[in-house]
Amino acid sequence: MFNHNVFSGEKLAALSPRYRFLTFWRLVPFIAAALVLAPVAVVVSSLLAPAGDIWRHLLETTLPDLLVNTFWLAAGVISGTAVIGIGLAWFISVYEFPGRRFFAWALLLPMAMPAYVTAFVALGLFDFTGPVQTALRAWLDSDLSWFPDIRGRAGVILVMTLAFYPYVYLLAKNAFLSQGKRSLEVAQSLGLNKIQGFFKVALPMARPWIAGGLMLVLMETLADFGTVAVFNYNTFTTAIYKAWFSMFSLQAASQLASLLIIIVFVVIVLEQQFRSRMRYAESKRSARGQRITLSGWRGGLVSGFMFSVLFLAFLLPVLQLSYWAVDSLTHDYDFSRYLDFLWRSLSLSGMAALLICTLVTAMVYAARRYPNAATRNAVRVATIGYALPGAVLAIGVYLPLTWLDAQLSELALNWFQIDTGQILQGTLIAMLVAYIIRFMAVSHYPIDSAMQRITPSIDEAAMSLSVHGWAMIKKVHVPILKPGIFTAAALVFVDVMKEMPITLMTRPFGWDTLAVRIYEMTSEGQWEQAAFPAVTLVLAGLIPIFLLMRQTEK
Amino acid sequence: MGNVLLQLNHVHQAYGSQAVIQDLSLTLQQGQIGCLLGPSGCGKTTALRCIAGFEPVSDGEILLNGVCVSNPKVLVPPERRRIGMVFQDYALFPHLDVAANIGFGLHQLTKNEREQRVEELLHVVHLATVAKKYPHELSGGQQQRVALARALAPKPELLLLDEPFSNLDVSLRERLSMEVREILKHQKITAILVTHDQAEAFAIADEIGVMSHGAMQQWDTAFNLYHRPANRFVADFIGQGAFITGKVRNSRQIEIELGVIDGEIPFRCAAGDIVEVLLRPDDIIHDDASPLQAIIISKTFRGAEILYTLRLAGGAWILALVPSHHNHQVGEKIGIRLETHHLVVFPQPIL
Amino acid sequence: MSRSIKCRFLAAFFSLFTLVAIHSAHAEEVVVYSARIEQLIKPMFDAFTKETGIKVKYTTDNEGALLARLEAEGKNTPADMLITADAGNLWAAAQAGLLKPVKSDVLESNIPAHLRDPANEWFGLSIRARTLIYNTKKVKPEELSTYEDLANPKWRKRLCLRTSKKVYNQSLVAMMIAEHGEAKTEEIVKGWVANLATDPLSDDTRALEFVAAGKCDVTIVNTYYFGRLMSKDPKLPLAVFWPNQNNGGVHVNISGAGVTRYGRNEAAAIKLLEFLSSDKAQNLFADVNMEYPVNPRIAADPFVASWGEFKQNPMNLAKAGELQTTAVKLMDRAGYR
Repeated sequence: MFNHNVFSGEKLAALSPRYRFLTFWRLVPFIAAALVLAPVAVVVSSLLAPAGDIWRHLLETTLPDLLVNTFWLAAGVISGTAVIGIGLAWFISVYEFPGRRFFAWALLLPMAMPAYVTAFVALGLFDFTGPVQTALRAWLDSDLSWFPDIRGRAGVILVMTLAFYPYVYLLAKNAFLSQGKRSLEVAQSLGLNKIQGFFKVALPMARPWIAGGLMLVLMETLADFGTVAVFNYNTFTTAIYKAWFSMFSLQAASQLASLLIIIVFVVIVLEQQFRSRMRYAESKRSARGQRITLSGWRGGLVSGFMFSVLFLAFLLPVLQLSYWAVDSLTHDYDFSRYLDFLWRSLSLSGMAALLICTLVTAMVYAARRYPNAATRNAVRVATIGYALPGAVLAIGVYLPLTWLDAQLSELALNWFQIDTGQILQGTLIAMLVAYIIRFMAVSHYPIDSAMQRITPSIDEAAMSLSVHGWAMIKKVHVPILKPGIFTAAALVFVDVMKEMPITLMTRPFGWDTLAVRIYEMTSEGQWEQAAFPAVTLVLAGLIPIFLLMRQTEK
Repeated sequence: MGNVLLQLNHVHQAYGSQAVIQDLSLTLQQGQIGCLLGPSGCGKTTALRCIAGFEPVSDGEILLNGVCVSNPKVLVPPERRRIGMVFQDYALFPHLDVAANIGFGLHQLTKNEREQRVEELLHVVHLATVAKKYPHELSGGQQQRVALARALAPKPELLLLDEPFSNLDVSLRERLSMEVREILKHQKITAILVTHDQAEAFAIADEIGVMSHGAMQQWDTAFNLYHRPANRFVADFIGQGAFITGKVRNSRQIEIELGVIDGEIPFRCAAGDIVEVLLRPDDIIHDDASPLQAIIISKTFRGAEILYTLRLAGGAWILALVPSHHNHQVGEKIGIRLETHHLVVFPQPIL
Repeated sequence: MSRSIKCRFLAAFFSLFTLVAIHSAHAEEVVVYSARIEQLIKPMFDAFTKETGIKVKYTTDNEGALLARLEAEGKNTPADMLITADAGNLWAAAQAGLLKPVKSDVLESNIPAHLRDPANEWFGLSIRARTLIYNTKKVKPEELSTYEDLANPKWRKRLCLRTSKKVYNQSLVAMMIAEHGEAKTEEIVKGWVANLATDPLSDDTRALEFVAAGKCDVTIVNTYYFGRLMSKDPKLPLAVFWPNQNNGGVHVNISGAGVTRYGRNEAAAIKLLEFLSSDKAQNLFADVNMEYPVNPRIAADPFVASWGEFKQNPMNLAKAGELQTTAVKLMDRAGYR
C-alpha cells in the first residue's frame, strides 16, 4: 500500500535502541483484532453446532421476505445517505450561498439524535393518528387513503437516511474541502463542465472517504434494531432477535448474526481490493480557493434544501421531544439523579472516545509502519464489531468476560482463600472493553483517512531535521492527524452516548446512564416519559460536535 | 504567425476590496510562448486563473481568438475556452493510471481514437514505458510530464502552466524546461507560463511580462527585459547588476566614476543632474592593462566565469563577470574597463 | 479543554479502579436482575428495605439479555433473584436451570396456582390482563364475544393488532394452542391477519390510538396501556370488553419472579419474594402500573376496578412458555408480522 520509501519499522528498530518501542507497536493491530475476535468467535462458533429446526422454519416462512426487506433497506439507506451526505458536503465545500457557515456545522447535529427517536417522532407526527393526518382529515373531510403509509419501506429508509447521513457528510466534507475545488478546476481545464467534473473527478477522488462513511452506514443499518422495531419492519436483525428472545435460541440467533458478520467482512475486503493500488494522498488545500458564489434563486434553493434536511433530521424531533419533555416535567422529577445520569453518560463517552481513539491511532500507525497482509487483515477484523447487532455483540463480549472472571475468582479462592465473586464484571473496565470492541470501526475510518495524508516524504523531512521517534509523532504526525482524531472522537462520543444493549448488560450496579433511562421508558411504551432523558442526551451530544466544529473551522 | 490568440485589455481583479490585478494588458500571438514573471504575491497566478476562467474579472476584458471570454458581465466557463492547464502540484488523478490520466480529457473521442492519441502523447513526453503505473509510483519529473501530456491531449488552443517546474530540483528543472519548450514549439502550441524563476522564463518564453503588485511592469523579450528594462523594478528584478550614480553631461552623455557613457536618456534632465546608471556584470571587462583599479570584495565561482564584487576607489560597488581562469583573491586589486552597449539610466530616487 | 474538565476526566478515570467490586459476605443484601423497569420495582424494594433492613441491589435489562447473562455467569452470578414482565421468560429461565424451587407456604397461600410454576421455580406477582378494547362510536359491545371471534369475516378491515414479536401476543397464542390445538389456532390467527385494517403496530398504545382515531374498531391490548391512555385523555371513545367470559376466560399474563439457582443470598431472596406477594406490597406492585394484584385478597386500584370484574383463564401459565416457540412459528406461517 505504501511506497517502499517508508522507513520500515524493523529497519529502524535494528538501527537504534531509540526505536525499540516500534517492535511492540507492530502488535497493536493484533491485540485490537484479538479483542474483537473474542466475541466474534463466540458468535461465529455457533455455526458449528446445530440449532434445531429454526433454520428450516425460517427458510419455509419468513426468510425470503426478510432478505428482500433487508436488501432494499440497505440499498435504500446507502443510496439515500450517499445522495444527501455527498450532496450537502459538495455544496458546503465548494460553493458560497446564504447560511453556508451555519449549515456547515449545523448539518452535523443529527449525529446526536438516536435513529429510533427520529423514527418514533416521525411516526408520531405523520402516521394515521398523528397531528398531520388528523388535521388533514378534518380539513379535507376525507379518509386520506391516498396518504403514503409512513410505516412502509420508504418510511424506514427515509428515517434512517436522515439519521445516518452525517457519517457520509462528515467524511465527504473532509475530502472535498481539501481537494474539491481543485479537482473541479482540473476537470474544467480538460473540457468538462462542473457537473461532469463532479462525477468524473471529485467523486472518484473522494472515494475512500465516502466509502468509509457508507461502510459505517451499512453496518449501522444492518445492525439496527430500534428503528425497525418502531416501524415493525422485519429485517435480518429482527429475525436474530426473534430467534433469541422469542424462540429462546441464542444458538440460532448467533448463527444468523454470523452470516451478517461474514457479509460485512466480504464487503469490506471487496471494497479494499477494488482500490488496492490506487492512492489517495491528496494535494494540499488550494489556498486561493475562493468558493463559487451561488446567488439568487440557486443559492436560495440550496439553502432551502439544507434547511429541510436539518429541519426533518434534527429540529422537528427536538421540538417534539421538548414538547413532550415539558409535558412530562409536570410530574415530579428527581433532577439530582438526572445530573448523575448526565455525568455518567458524559464521562463514559469521554473515556471511551479517549481510549478508542488512542488505540485506533496506534493501530493505524502500526498498519502504516508494517504494511503486510497479516497486519491489514488484523485491522479489518478489528473494525468488524460495528456490524453486529448490539445485543448479540453484548452477549458475545459477556461470555469471554465471565469466563475470565470465573478463572480469576477460582484463582483467588484457591490461592488466597478469598471469595471475590465477580472481579471484572460490574466494573467500568468491562464496559469500556465492550465499547472498544464495538466502536473501533467508527474511529478507524476518519483516522485512517487522515493517516493517508502523511506521505513518506513528510517522515523523511522530519528525520532530516533530526526529529525522530516520539518527537516526530508529537510534532509532525499528531498535528496532521488531529482533525481526523477529533472527528473520530466526536463520532465515538455520540455513539457511546446512544448505545443501549452493551450499556445495559455491562453497567455496574446503579450505573444508569441517560440511554438506560431512555430504554426503561420506551420499553414500557412511555415515549413521553423518555423525552426528557432523550432531549438531555441530544443536547449533551452537541458538546463534542461543537468541539469538533471549533477544531475543523481553524 | 501574426494571428493574435490572446488579448488582455486593462484587466482588473479584486477579492473584496483588495485589488489583486490592476490594469493588466497583454497580447500573445498564435504559437508564441508567453510568461508572467514576478515575485510571489504579484498577482501572476491570479492573472492566469482569470485567463483560464476560474476567476471573474472586475474590469476590462479578455479576448480569445478575438472573442470576449471575460468581462465584468461575461464569464465563459473554463471548459468552453479550449484551454489546457498544467497545475503547480500537477493535480494528477491518484486513482487513475498514467494512460487514463492522459486520456481523461478525451471523453469526446471514440475509444480507438482516444487510445491512439494517448499513445501519441506518451511518446511525445517519453513515458511509453510507464503507461500503466499510478502517479504515486512515478518520479517528480515523470509526474510533471504526465501533467503536460494530459493538458496537451485535447489539443487546447492555449496552454496555461502554473509554476510547472517549481517542485523539481534545479538540474531537472533546466532540462525539462528546454524539453517542454521543444514540445510546445513542435506541436505549435500557444502557451502562457507563470513563474518566479527568470532562468526558467528565459529558457522557455518568447515574450515575458514582469509583474509587480498586480500591475504589468514590462511585456517584452528576454533580451529587452535585461538590457532595456522599462523601470527600476524590472532592472532590479531581472538579472544582476549594480546601480552607480552619474552626472549628466549633456542629453547623450553621462559621466560616472568609470568614465563616460554614451546613450539616449529616456527622461528629461539638465546637465549636472545626478542620475542612477545600471551596470550589468557583463558591462565590466577585466583588463590587467587598464589604469582603472578596483578591490575584490567577494567572489562567486560559476564554472566558466567568476562573478566578482568590486569596490571602486570612490566607494561604489559594482559586479564583474570574468572568465574563470582569471582567478584572483579577495582583497586583490584588479584592472577593469567599461564596455556598455546600452545605457540604462533612471532618475535618482527621491528619498 | 479547560484544566478543570481535565481534572474531572482524570477523576473519572481513577474511579475506574476504585469501582473494582470486591464482594464479601457482609451485611444482608439481595441482588436482583429485573426486566421490569426501575420505576415499577423501586418503590417495593424501598418498602422492603425499610421493613427488613435488607438492601436491594438491582439492575435492569430486557429478559433475553438477563437470561443470557445468568447463563453465562453460571455459578459466579451475583444475582439472587430474576424478575420478568411475562411468564414465558420465567419458564425459559427455569427450563435452562437458572432458577431454584422455593417451598414457601406464604407464597402458596398468596398466589393462585395457575399463576405460579407447578415446580415452584417462579411466581406471579401481578396480573396483566390482555383484553379487547373497542371504539364506542363504531362497535356495540354485543357484537364482541371472544378472541377467536375476531377471526370472523365480519371484522374485515376492522381489527388492529400489535406486532407478533411482542411476548404478550406470543403468550396469548400459546395459550390458545394449549386450548384449541395448533391447527385450529392457526386458522384463527390467519383470520385475524385477514381482518387487519392496517399492518401490525409496534406497541399497544399505538394500537389503542388507531382504534380511537377510527382506523380500526377493535384491538387486543393489556389493560394498563388502556388505563394510561384514558387517564391522560378520558374523552377517548374507548371501552374495555372482557372476552371469553363463557368459555376459557380472559388471557392473563404475569409479572413475576424466581430465585436464582446460584445466588448467594437465598434466604434474603425468598424473604423479598414473600414480601412482594404480601398484602402490603401487592397493592404497590400492581398499582404503580395499573395492573391487577395476584393475591386474590387484595383489591385492585379503584380506577382499574372500574373497568369491571372478569373471569381469568385458569390454565397454568407454564403453558405459555412451553408453547411459545410453537406459537411464534405458527404466527410466522399465518403471516402475522
